[in-house]
Amino acid sequence: MIAFIIHRLVQSVAVMLVVALIAFALFNFVGDPINNMVGQDTTAIQRDQLRADLGLNDSVVVQFARFVGHAARGQFGLSYEQARPVSQLILEKMPATLELSLIAAAMALLAGLPMGVYTGLHREGFIARTMMAVSLIGVSLPTFLIGILLILIFAVVLGWLPSYGRGPVVQLGWWSTGLLSVDGWRAVILPAITLALFQMTLIMRLVRAEMLEVLRTDYIKFARARGLPNRVVNFGHALKNTMVPVITITGLQLGSIIAFSIITESVFQWPGMGLMFIQAVSFADIPVMSAYLVLIALFFVVINLVVDLLYYVVDPRLRINRDAAHGN
Amino acid sequence: MPEPLVTAPTPLLQVDHLKIEFPTRHGTLTAIDDISFSIAVGEVLGVVGESGAGKSLTGAAIIGLLEPPLRIAGGQILFDGKRIDNLPAEKMRRIRGKSIGAIFQDPLTSLNPLYTVGRQLTETIRTHLDMDERAARRRAVELLQEVGIPGAAQRLDAYPHQFSGGMRQRVVIALALAANPRLIIADEPTTALDVSIQAQIITLLKRLCRDHGMAVMLVTHDMGVIAETADRVAVMYAGRIAEIGPVREVIKHPKHPYTVGLMGSIPTIGHDLERLRQIDGAMPRLGGIPTGCAFNPRCSEVFDRCRRERPNLLPTGDTKAACWLYDAASEKRAVETAHG
Amino acid sequence: MAIKEGATDAGLTAGASAGLLRGAWRSVFGSDLWYSFTRSKITVISGAITLVLVVSALLAPMISPQNPLDLSSLNLLDALDPPVWMEGGSFDYPLGTDGQGRDMLSAILFGARLSLIVGFASVVFALIMGVSLGLIAGYRGGIVDGIIMRFADVQLSFPAILIALLVDGIARSVLPHDLQDQIATYVLIIAIGVSGWVQFARTVRGSTMVEKSKEYVQAARVIGVHPIRIMLGHVLPNVTGPVMVIATIYLAVAIITEATLSFLGVGVPATQPSLGTLIRIGGNFLFSGEWWITLFPAVMLAVLVLAVNLLGDWLRDALNPKLR
Repeated sequence: MIAFIIHRLVQSVAVMLVVALIAFALFNFVGDPINNMVGQDTTAIQRDQLRADLGLNDSVVVQFARFVGHAARGQFGLSYEQARPVSQLILEKMPATLELSLIAAAMALLAGLPMGVYTGLHREGFIARTMMAVSLIGVSLPTFLIGILLILIFAVVLGWLPSYGRGPVVQLGWWSTGLLSVDGWRAVILPAITLALFQMTLIMRLVRAEMLEVLRTDYIKFARARGLPNRVVNFGHALKNTMVPVITITGLQLGSIIAFSIITESVFQWPGMGLMFIQAVSFADIPVMSAYLVLIALFFVVINLVVDLLYYVVDPRLRINRDAAHGN
Repeated sequence: MPEPLVTAPTPLLQVDHLKIEFPTRHGTLTAIDDISFSIAVGEVLGVVGESGAGKSLTGAAIIGLLEPPLRIAGGQILFDGKRIDNLPAEKMRRIRGKSIGAIFQDPLTSLNPLYTVGRQLTETIRTHLDMDERAARRRAVELLQEVGIPGAAQRLDAYPHQFSGGMRQRVVIALALAANPRLIIADEPTTALDVSIQAQIITLLKRLCRDHGMAVMLVTHDMGVIAETADRVAVMYAGRIAEIGPVREVIKHPKHPYTVGLMGSIPTIGHDLERLRQIDGAMPRLGGIPTGCAFNPRCSEVFDRCRRERPNLLPTGDTKAACWLYDAASEKRAVETAHG
Repeated sequence: MAIKEGATDAGLTAGASAGLLRGAWRSVFGSDLWYSFTRSKITVISGAITLVLVVSALLAPMISPQNPLDLSSLNLLDALDPPVWMEGGSFDYPLGTDGQGRDMLSAILFGARLSLIVGFASVVFALIMGVSLGLIAGYRGGIVDGIIMRFADVQLSFPAILIALLVDGIARSVLPHDLQDQIATYVLIIAIGVSGWVQFARTVRGSTMVEKSKEYVQAARVIGVHPIRIMLGHVLPNVTGPVMVIATIYLAVAIITEATLSFLGVGVPATQPSLGTLIRIGGNFLFSGEWWITLFPAVMLAVLVLAVNLLGDWLRDALNPKLR
């Protein structure tokens, strides 16, 4: 098992290096970093001086190594647009995004899982069919559209909930939280639903598909042939076996919730990293873009590692014999 | 024409005129068409036939696990004299595993990979018998010992993937035995196993049967297994029973031309050996079963009546065969057709 | 678009699309598929809706009451008119007007047209890129395969929208400012296409690897025919079904992605509004009560994506009964 974890760690580092390479290429070869930093009236000598100071005359390998070294310490230079350290910007915006994402993830899981199980077990039933039809609409509606419709209904027509911003925030050290006041919670409801809805339908459809797959297997038929009650067969044997693939996809989905928050944050003007990124894209603010990219990759890699560890908890075959990992 | 086919005074299982259908876009297809047989207490009935002949469906129907859209469209199934084919799901569930056990084809996929063998045994035991966890575990160890798993007590907490194929099938058998059923439906129990292990499993089944006085319905396409194990054999073809009788008699003197072909050994007068070795053609698909006898397009003895009328099981000495050759009336007609 | 490596590649892609077309024709009118299409009411309805939307979008310049791209035809006095059934609405503007007096119906037809064009073009781009890379990876194996599939893995761990945003952002910073509006649509197509090639590549690669090991490929080499040429004839029919399914499903994703990017303001230029752009502009009028500027394009987009999704769902089920 330790060997497997080490193997996965090496893989994760490799993925991070690839992403870092892309970020580095962005940083150095897209546009001229010097031009982006200095004003029009800077002389050629000053430019050369800056170039030397920044180490841009070193070989690419040395520059990349330096970039990785800095990145590992969270240093991505100055934002072109705001002229502040990127790390500081990100640290400021991260709590908003994480709070929104975690609440959305919890919503998606808590609703999607039971709905998936239900529709898998009663797949010909009226309620299950209705849920599937509605879920298809959920998948078909772009996230921003859901956001706008929610704003239209709950903010404009009914006037129950705020349509933008985070509400009042409280500083806890470097972490700013909006979850300590009623208004903060009210502000998070619409964005969180918007962000959760797509993932929820996805999880529901996935769990349903896995349930159907597992319910067809021989060991489920055999469990029925042994006369076990339906409850035991469905929720013990079948559900547990759906968990391995469900954990994988759900894990990845949680990662993409953070990335998808770009859209939600921009609909609701939620002051998080996603909003920062979209502004960076429209201003071609390369340091912010590359830092965001590396950070998201880091989230994904960490989530993947956690997912791998969860496998061990669920699937005994992995604990003893890694070759069976890709069987069901 | 339907007549009860009782072979023993008190059959444990009796299947009467069972018919299984399923709807398709081309109309309703009949997978099992009017079959009747019975199994006596402690008897081993072999059911043999090509894949698709309906052997496994019959087994699934008996334990009430036909998968929709398959459904029983006619006839009845009696266990111990009581109808079980129309029981509510919950009542049928209590019979499954308790009175009628089942063994499936593939031991590699019959066990839940995420639960230990012991857990699967104790949950089955406790579902059907009134036992606490400790007693159930004791019984689980006994069962594993009985099916010949070495170091049973230590193996209880092992997961299925830690067992070999043959050992897993032994575990499956132990699970089927968990509540001491009186009948076991064994659906191709040895097909997925190595030849050397097949023999062991068959020996084990025979011994358990004798020790527990269990009846077995042994579904297989392997005539060798039947010859070695069964008391009686039913030969199925295209959803019907072609021939049924004591295993020795069916093997030594097969009556139905299909059985004759299946045995591939004993020539009847007037046919050369080469042609008997294999049966030309393939079993018809469910949608394309010909009128008359389903076997008639492949039959070397076919005559007029076979193409028009469907034969029911007719007595032919110790066995019964669904073939017009054994009907006194048609024999004459056969001669007539032969002469012109 | 994706062809830049000379004759072999061009021949390969041309052969590929011809094979795909042939295969597609066979599969579409193969009796089983056609039967299952006609049997499902929902599928027939969504097929009809898709057809109507596609046709009316393509014919937008002919059938729409007004040319929304022609700023001189707009009358600011007619700005913010409500739909015809509300007080103050008129038959001149059946779905009302936006802040510049633009007829919403015309704007929606033109917007849907742009969304569909970008969507289709992105799918074609992703398909060609994915099928080519998949073939190369599967056929060459080794390091080439390793590099291509490693890239695929890394890309797959990010949502498509992020990849598209990134490509778009890079293109913005590389390209000169004055060119940006002219080629923004092409940049968008490439950005969305690049974000979707992986699924195609994976499918084709798998199928190629299976075919590669078969004897006829070795035989082809012996008689001096380039194995790729022969394999295309065998690989492509095998992957036609899955590729069609992926393409249909990806069409829905591409339309959503385009709308999202345009909504975020980094998609098509504002002078050529797509559905996403219309929704973004309409969002500004939500609180002042002019809901129709947002809602009608939104409904159009939702119906379009839903219909395509339903078609994709049906196609997947029809071609792969196991998934049902």
